[in-house]
Amino acid sequence: MSFVEYGDTIKDGDTAIVFLGHESMFPVKVQHGTVTQTKYGVIRHSTDLIGKKYGSKVTCSKGGWVFILHPTPELWTMNLPHRTQILYSTDISIITMMLELKPGSIVCESGTGSGSLSHALIRTVAPTGHLYTVEFHQQRAEKAREEFREHGLEHLVTVTNQDVCKNGFGVSNIADAVFLDIPSPWEAIGHAKSALKAEGGRICSFSPCIEQVQRTCLAMEEYGFTEINTLEILLRVYNVRTISLQIPDLGKAAEDNSSTGFDSSNPSHQGSLCADLQQGTVQFKSGVPLREVVGHTGYLTFATKS
Amino acid sequence: AMEGGPSVRIREGDCAVLKRDEVFKAVSVLRRRKIIFEKQWFYLDNAIGHIYGTTFEVTSGGNLQPKQEVEETTTETKEAGTDNRNIVDDGKSQKLTHDDIKALKDKGIKGQEIVQQLIENSTTFRDKTEFAQDKYIKKKKKKYEAVITIVKPSTRILSTMYYAREPGKINHLRYDTLAQMLTLGNIHAGNKMIVVETCAGLVLGAVMERMGGYGSIIQMYPGGGPVRAATSCFGFPKPFFDNLHEFPLSKVQSLLSGTFTTETLPADSEDNSLVEEESNGLSEEKRTSLQETEEEPATEAPMESNPTEEQDTMDINAEDVEFKENKEKENKENVREKQIKQWERRKKLKEAAALLREKNADGLIVASKFHPTPLLLSLLEFVAPSRPFVVYCQYKEPLLDCYTKLRERGGVINLKLSETWLRNYQVLPDRSHPKLTMSGGGGYLLSGITVVLEKGKFDSSNSEALKMEEPSSKRCKLQDLPC
Repeated sequence: MSFVEYGDTIKDGDTAIVFLGHESMFPVKVQHGTVTQTKYGVIRHSTDLIGKKYGSKVTCSKGGWVFILHPTPELWTMNLPHRTQILYSTDISIITMMLELKPGSIVCESGTGSGSLSHALIRTVAPTGHLYTVEFHQQRAEKAREEFREHGLEHLVTVTNQDVCKNGFGVSNIADAVFLDIPSPWEAIGHAKSALKAEGGRICSFSPCIEQVQRTCLAMEEYGFTEINTLEILLRVYNVRTISLQIPDLGKAAEDNSSTGFDSSNPSHQGSLCADLQQGTVQFKSGVPLREVVGHTGYLTFATKS
Repeated sequence: AMEGGPSVRIREGDCAVLKRDEVFKAVSVLRRRKIIFEKQWFYLDNAIGHIYGTTFEVTSGGNLQPKQEVEETTTETKEAGTDNRNIVDDGKSQKLTHDDIKALKDKGIKGQEIVQQLIENSTTFRDKTEFAQDKYIKKKKKKYEAVITIVKPSTRILSTMYYAREPGKINHLRYDTLAQMLTLGNIHAGNKMIVVETCAGLVLGAVMERMGGYGSIIQMYPGGGPVRAATSCFGFPKPFFDNLHEFPLSKVQSLLSGTFTTETLPADSEDNSLVEEESNGLSEEKRTSLQETEEEPATEAPMESNPTEEQDTMDINAEDVEFKENKEKENKENVREKQIKQWERRKKLKEAAALLREKNADGLIVASKFHPTPLLLSLLEFVAPSRPFVVYCQYKEPLLDCYTKLRERGGVINLKLSETWLRNYQVLPDRSHPKLTMSGGGGYLLSGITVVLEKGKFDSSNSEALKMEEPSSKRCKLQDLPC
């Protein structure tokens, strides 16, 4: 297993995803002799996981079962240990496309944070590209390095522990793209420009507040970036349900069934109408939006150095 | 390097994209070829050798000249009004007439100077607010300063271009939806992907870009051959096509049932793609019918050169006979070539069939005009367990059906029906707000992950997990949200 290469069977040392049910899952480090507790009982790694096919159903000690999934950056994003607020796959997808990332791309990122975006970036630029990621928080930088090593990605990423606004990305004239998710991105635009290749490249900055976006746009213009464009992407998820709606009683049934017509004061009559109503339903499938959805993550500002 | 792609400089024969403001057009860079873009005509000859991203001005005679970075001429009097209480629309504020402006243009005066003249001859300009002046200049610049940027094609640019120019050809797949598909599908180097699309080859191109020439792609096509008009706009290097396979959808059932042979090929894919390229400007309906009519003669083609047809020619007039004879001669010459081609196509088809038979694809991407349910139910058979799949549909309802049928089939988890909204912003000092218009619809996605499909019915001992998968209204709490 690796986050950049599919494997068929679960091996010792792999990071696998234990899938319990609807959006309920967690990552597990596969190790000989280790056990993992789930609400369906115990999973014994040596016998239940190692050597099994990814995507298999694994029966736990209490008879319940789970699926074991191959890790992907998207599953990792849904399950990683948060050290910071993270970027989710919806924003990541548009960032990746708008930065024009592909195998071989050299990308600079700051901050590394919890590594949610980092994993997706590495996946896209592998096997010949590289990610230079800068994190000013020492502990987070260390933790990210450790994770990349565990996930078999260390050859594709360099983690630098410094302040990007003061010291930049530690590289110059080599990047195809730069991504910023820091509180004051406008202070890093100059560094971003010098990290990008002389012949040009793309930049993206993620900020939750419009005031941050305004200062960033001004800085981008000042440094000669073109095609400055700010956008926002929102995900809407739909639950698929079978809905049944009642047919209203307009007195039709009563008129058909009884010569005396509709009489609401007659209790026995009402009873028969209710029975009719219960049968009088229409069923259909619907995609129902969630009751509460994420309305804002951040503004994404893109620009080109040319 | 495999992912090298086109160079940083514009070369003859390159696929490039012209950009003016937010408008794009894909072109081939050829010498002495007149290009018409945004009501202007010009030649690309002078652009050759320049770096991609260079902005050009169109000069007289249709030549392109790199635009010099000019200091803005607005350094003079910064005079402006504070409100519009005294500005009256009498239609006479511009002292230059239409004829005057045309005369300036005909003289070959630079757009920049025309804009300056328009400002000087506007009686209300000085009374306008600073912001209104800014807006006025921007509007006039857009009209009179003809600048064109030549950029390298990419999924970003081509998907934006197609959505704006020809949304019907890509089933209204908006670029942010395409971006979602690539991420949800975990498209990356080394994958073995199955792609079904009727989006002019745009989705295929996007997948190819993300795979960078590593791994393999099997494109499943309807009719006579895959459409790759948009794919060719990417300008991929040749090696990218080495591991691009194609397989006709009409053969899927026989492949699954084990009766597949390469004896009857669908219509010649090459002829078909040619027709498609030529019919770029045609409507969807016309294209489809062309595709269908193309099928018949193509399969019959080798027969035409059969000499037993001689008798028929007797009744036809001499001209026709001569024409037909010439054609037959030509055909005879082509027969061997055609047979070689047929043989090569059979070989490729066998290769694609063998790849599919392994039933270990790393993902399935569907974005077509067809109903997604039958496609998914059949094609998921070719996908390995624990791999993502993504289906696009312009409409939500077919995906509701697909969702239900996939649940009944089993072998899939984490099914998700979703849509993205995209909002663009104007960000200017003291004038920031969402753009006036946004796209009403960019389609819907159904995504999920394959798991080992157990042929027997699920044991009911742990139906809780299954129930958990079916979201109920009671469980619709905030912590269930993706973020």
